[in-house]
Amino acid sequence: MKNRRELLKLVALGGGAVYASGLAGSALAAGAKAAATPYDDFYFVQLSDTHWGFSGPPNPDAANTLKKAVASVNALADPPDFIIFTGDLTHTTDDPAERRRRMAEFRDIVSALKVKQVRFMPGEHDASLDRGAAFKEFFGETFYSFDHKGVHFIAIDNVSDPGARIGDEQLAWMKADLAKRPADSPIVVLTHRPLFDLEPKWDWATRDGAQAIDILKQYPKVTVFYGHIHQEHHHMTGHIAHHSAKSLIFPLPAPGSQPARTPLPWDPSQPNRGLGFREVEAEPDTAQYKIHEFGVAKA
Amino acid sequence: MTAQGHSRRGWMERALAFGAAPLLLAAARSVPAQTGEAQVVKIVAQRFHYTPGEFRVKAGRPVVLEFTSLDFVHGFNMPDLKVRADLVPGKVTRVSLPAATPGTYDFVCDNFCGDQHEEMHGRMIVEA
Repeated sequence: MKNRRELLKLVALGGGAVYASGLAGSALAAGAKAAATPYDDFYFVQLSDTHWGFSGPPNPDAANTLKKAVASVNALADPPDFIIFTGDLTHTTDDPAERRRRMAEFRDIVSALKVKQVRFMPGEHDASLDRGAAFKEFFGETFYSFDHKGVHFIAIDNVSDPGARIGDEQLAWMKADLAKRPADSPIVVLTHRPLFDLEPKWDWATRDGAQAIDILKQYPKVTVFYGHIHQEHHHMTGHIAHHSAKSLIFPLPAPGSQPARTPLPWDPSQPNRGLGFREVEAEPDTAQYKIHEFGVAKA
Repeated sequence: MTAQGHSRRGWMERALAFGAAPLLLAAARSVPAQTGEAQVVKIVAQRFHYTPGEFRVKAGRPVVLEFTSLDFVHGFNMPDLKVRADLVPGKVTRVSLPAATPGTYDFVCDNFCGDQHEEMHGRMIVEA
């Protein structure tokens, strides 16, 4: 297969610049040096906040939205190296049996993904009421790290504690995990809630997120991808870029734009408005990540 | 996150069953009592409400909020005053607020408490 970046350059040369970057400060380094540097770029897909089990007016099509997204990911012309779900796989319930039933259904639906390297993270709807017990039964550990083609990925759990703490134990693990890598390694952090205080009045924060950022800021090449707020959002804390993803159930209003964080009303003329998933193209040599947003039904 | 409704009547019945009637009646008046300099406001926290959800106090004097949580370790977080607390059921949690300038001060439950957690928020109005 031709290198994805080469393919995109060919498309651009043909006048069809189809690949949009939504990143602040992420302009692709161009020029002879970048072109001459060996690299093994790749892309992954981020899906978030599927809330399987939700029903209500904000999404009358809730029983089908996730299935449509799975079909759209399967229809991508160039399959991703892997897929990450950044939390709120299921909608919360007080009933432990119902929680497990929703997780089982979610797992069955996403088993139709053609790409078999799929990683999962919990959101507060999955994990906060039982401290991640059911999630672990179905999807494994709530925090972990892995390497892929030169990029170090670290998944942080800021939801199993109902108070949105990462906790001292996990922070110590995170610090030790990162210390094993060269300081200039490209690092991608995956998490559910924003690590920074995006909108504390709406509980859009991580209580000890500042401690995580203090650890991360010691590394020069860090980018964070998260969910929770059901919309695309881009923010910088120092040199660290934070990018939230759209949801696959209903969109939420812009941070602080109205008194309450109520879902945006469903529009029958645009039933998938504000919903979607994204591709993230990683270029390990430059530690650049380019985002391409997709709607639910059309890839 | 949800937009599903809830039964206020059912909530009230459950609260009364918990023996919270005196607290609820005091809270519903939404009139701060005074202890010395501080203005005291009694608030009941229960999935997924604070009662009262909105109350008024006078500017320039400290405020003490007295929380009783009926069913969960709810949170109280008022970011504008950088004050938060865990509201443990079975005891009264007193939260002291500094004297504030006139305006509105929103607060939120920041301990995820269930399906309508996102609707559990309130507002303090400080009057001149």
